[in-house]
Amino acid sequence: MSSPAAHTAHHAPQGFIRKYIFSLDHKVIGLQYYFLGLFSVFVGMTLSVMMRYHMVHPDAKVAIFKLLWPGSAAGGIMTPELYLSLMTMHGTIMVFFVLTTVPQSGFGNYFLPIQIGAEDMAFPVLNMMSFWTTFLALVVMMAAFFVQGGAPLSGWTGYPPLSGIGRITGPGEGTGQTLWIVSIAIFCGASLMGAINFIATTIDLRCKGMKLMRMPLTCWTWLVTAILGLLGFAVLLAAGVLLILDRSLGTSFFIPGGLFISDQIISGHKGGSPLLWQHLFWFFGHPEVYIAILPGMGVTSHLLSTFSRKPIFGYKAMVYAILSIGFLGFLVWGHHMFMSGMNPYSAMAFATLTMCIGVPSAIKTFNWIGTLWGGKIHFDTAMLFALGFVSLFVTGGISGIFLGQPALDLYFHDTYFVVGHFHMIMGVAAIFGMFAGTFYWFPKMFGRMMNEPLGKIHFYLTFIGVYCIFTPMHFIGLAGNPRRYSDFSNVEFLANLIPVHQFMSYAAYITAGAQIIFVINLFWSMMKGPKAPANPWNATSLEWGIPSPPPFDNFAGVHPVVNHGPYEYSVPGAPTDFTMQTDPPTVPAEH
Amino acid sequence: MLLAPVVWALTVAIVYFFAAKTWWFPPPINQHGIAYDAQFMRTLIVCGVIFFLAQFALGWVIFKFRDDGRRAVYSHGNNKLEVIWTSATALLFLALVLMGTKIWASVHFDEAPPDAIPIEIMAKQFAWNFRYPGPDGKFGHTELTLINDAAGNPYGLDDKDPASTDDIVSASLKVPVGKPIKLIMHSRDVIHNFFVRELRMKQDIVPGMEIPLHFQADQIGIYEVPCSELCGLGHFQMRTTMQVMSEADFEAWKQQMAANK
Amino acid sequence: MGMPGSLTHDIIKGPPPPVDRGFGGDGGNDGRGSSRRASFTGLYVLLAASTMIFAAFTSALVVRRGLSDDWVSMPKPSILFVNTALLLASSAALEIGRRTLKSGERSRFNLWWSVGTGLGLLFLVGQALAWRELKIAGIYVASNPSSSFFYVLTASHALHLLGGVTALVYVDVQALRLSLGPAKRTAIDISAIFWHFLDGLWLYLMVLFYVWG
Repeated sequence: MSSPAAHTAHHAPQGFIRKYIFSLDHKVIGLQYYFLGLFSVFVGMTLSVMMRYHMVHPDAKVAIFKLLWPGSAAGGIMTPELYLSLMTMHGTIMVFFVLTTVPQSGFGNYFLPIQIGAEDMAFPVLNMMSFWTTFLALVVMMAAFFVQGGAPLSGWTGYPPLSGIGRITGPGEGTGQTLWIVSIAIFCGASLMGAINFIATTIDLRCKGMKLMRMPLTCWTWLVTAILGLLGFAVLLAAGVLLILDRSLGTSFFIPGGLFISDQIISGHKGGSPLLWQHLFWFFGHPEVYIAILPGMGVTSHLLSTFSRKPIFGYKAMVYAILSIGFLGFLVWGHHMFMSGMNPYSAMAFATLTMCIGVPSAIKTFNWIGTLWGGKIHFDTAMLFALGFVSLFVTGGISGIFLGQPALDLYFHDTYFVVGHFHMIMGVAAIFGMFAGTFYWFPKMFGRMMNEPLGKIHFYLTFIGVYCIFTPMHFIGLAGNPRRYSDFSNVEFLANLIPVHQFMSYAAYITAGAQIIFVINLFWSMMKGPKAPANPWNATSLEWGIPSPPPFDNFAGVHPVVNHGPYEYSVPGAPTDFTMQTDPPTVPAEH
Repeated sequence: MLLAPVVWALTVAIVYFFAAKTWWFPPPINQHGIAYDAQFMRTLIVCGVIFFLAQFALGWVIFKFRDDGRRAVYSHGNNKLEVIWTSATALLFLALVLMGTKIWASVHFDEAPPDAIPIEIMAKQFAWNFRYPGPDGKFGHTELTLINDAAGNPYGLDDKDPASTDDIVSASLKVPVGKPIKLIMHSRDVIHNFFVRELRMKQDIVPGMEIPLHFQADQIGIYEVPCSELCGLGHFQMRTTMQVMSEADFEAWKQQMAANK
Repeated sequence: MGMPGSLTHDIIKGPPPPVDRGFGGDGGNDGRGSSRRASFTGLYVLLAASTMIFAAFTSALVVRRGLSDDWVSMPKPSILFVNTALLLASSAALEIGRRTLKSGERSRFNLWWSVGTGLGLLFLVGQALAWRELKIAGIYVASNPSSSFFYVLTASHALHLLGGVTALVYVDVQALRLSLGPAKRTAIDISAIFWHFLDGLWLYLMVLFYVWG
């Protein structure tokens, strides 16, 4: 065992299992999370393509459906319950196993310790357990597809009573729904472990000179995301426990009395409150939106500065914006419930706070454009995705000004306007953050460069594609199209909107297909890409001062000392247009 | 670089479709709807301008500040701009919410007028039922054990109660034009949502709760009511209509319903 | 001793430096060595998460109680007061043990720590007796929202306590094997603080049961 003072390198454990499976190395764990997320995103995307196909061809017989779901798609025709179960699983998998997992647990695990100059996370064993617990949660979630009745159909929000009574409210509400809740509870446990690690690491393992206000904005977003996860997932865990009890032991936390379902009186429950679940769920659920998007904001800020060769515009304002988003994120959950039957006076309070949370988001947008202004912009693929993030963030954020007003929500609630809004901002913008991070950090993670032409083709197809999929959703939302409909033939006014649905479906097929380019680029570059130098982007943060890929303990036993802020680009008088954080201090010493 | 024209083109396309109103709300049928549309237009204009300026600026900086051999400006920001920007957005956003308050208040804070016609909604997987109190003006007693959908008694009306026997139960909503209506909303099983586009109104119907909603419809016609809260596999089929009738037609309809019982 | 990166290595390593709570100062980390400080941060963050879980249960209780007319306050088993005394005594024993260790009395530490651990286990037994008593009285988890919350809260607390007892036993075994160098100080401090937290949490739950339960 090494004593802290000795500058000796640690050596990686030998043997495949200790090195790649039950690894304690934060970098391996980060990659494990990344690939878990990559698997999940393809499952989630495939489900969405099937849904988009079904919406425009509700009566089509599809051999694949028949193959995958011989029960609920007998003859190849997707039943409404199958559609809803795909929708539920699409949302759940995307939110938990992609948006929560990749930006935070994936990139954060890999790069937080390096960017703050630590050799590893504070608790490596906890870190490993956190990953494998997440893996278990994913296995349990996927198992819901294969049990009797199939996956649950109550949506990713799992509102009781639909989700709280059992098989009687619909197929998939039996074992499938139970597995769903169990999986979410396990995932909560994993996220709590991860959050503890992230917070302790950021607070206590920063290297010499790495003051809080010298941390890259990525680290700030990982820290605040961890705090959001800590408080949010704890509450979701509690809510999940209560829901399981309602389902399996007949308690009445969320289930009221006097229910009559499928010609039967439900006699076991009395006095529960469906709204209680919604409050607990959205107390987690709204911060979850920021868990998904904050790391993307961090990566975008980091990349805009790097590739425009300029310091970030308003670093402090950015930090305060991140902190206030984190804080306000816990005070606005009620804006998901304007139509729920909760006290209408509280809606006004939630609406006011919701408008307040728009302000730090606006600050960030302004500062991003301020960062680019006067820059010397390099258009590498990583940067294109960061710029795409800004555009999508504006588009997705601005529709929030409509939905945040209870008055306007009187029409828009549960229409496709909402679907367009949250897909733009928490779905696609967050995923653009992941793409940006992938292209930016790939050389560091794998020691090879990704292919730029393929990357650019993928970017433009995806960027235009997602606009074509999700912008029209706002229009059909204006026309009143309700969400979570498996078929639009029963409501007359929806007939006019079918062509728009067809357009969105075609856009979805093309955009989904374009992701194959990314996968090819990713795996091909991993094996055959040109060798990457230590610092291909001439960036300043700590990860670029060490070899690509980094050695086992990151800094090979050397303890880095930080002398500069994270975004010292184009400093007048400096020999290069980037001043590494570990470069010797300039005179007079700056802060 | 190519990104700049792409961003601009997408922006123009989006702005065009909003301006051309290619897909739009149906016309409103009451004062609330008119006020709603005004608030929507206010928000649309504010957000539209912000959206256009932000996307245009993004495209502009991409185009203008591409790497052409210059040295980048060394600047850490501008606190004054920061403060101006922050307070301007805060004021704008808060003003929008405040302007919408009146609309929200008229729906949720104001009580229904005393002469409002009460109608009880009972939503269930996957159908709507509407109950009118009948000539006595009273909703009769119902009993869970008496519910029998097949026999046409979805409410479980108790025919031993005289107030129950004259209640009218309909699968679609009929209301007289220009009269205040008070809906009393119940669900029998899971959460549903009552939504009429032309009314610009929506409300979750939660089992175990009695949620009131009042409105007035000023234009005769038939309007669709699609369930707007996920309620199970038949969610997409859970549709009925709201028919706004002249007062005479409404009375005639009630009498006919009573006669058919 | 643990291998680098093992669980024991995470928590217990190096002589206990004074815990600097200046939010990390300017960093000043020297690699994995600052793990005592990180362990304390990790502990406090864990306590925050546990607090949130119980806060969620509490708010659910308050809302559920306020909304309904079916709340019948259940009779509380009187053994709860005995259990409370046991738990408080166990905390006190652990604390006395910690003090004796500071003054270097190794064997007396072992004694006190074992007593504290034993009392902790007795508390769990006492809780099991309380549940048995309720079961005999026909009060189950679904009988009434009052009993639902009682079972949920006591079971969640007991689960936390199982984790705490595991830590206490671990330290105790190390102590009895006389392998209790200064390096184990962190483990002792962490498990004791966690135990005191559970103590405080239990007192809070008692108040909750008797005031609102």
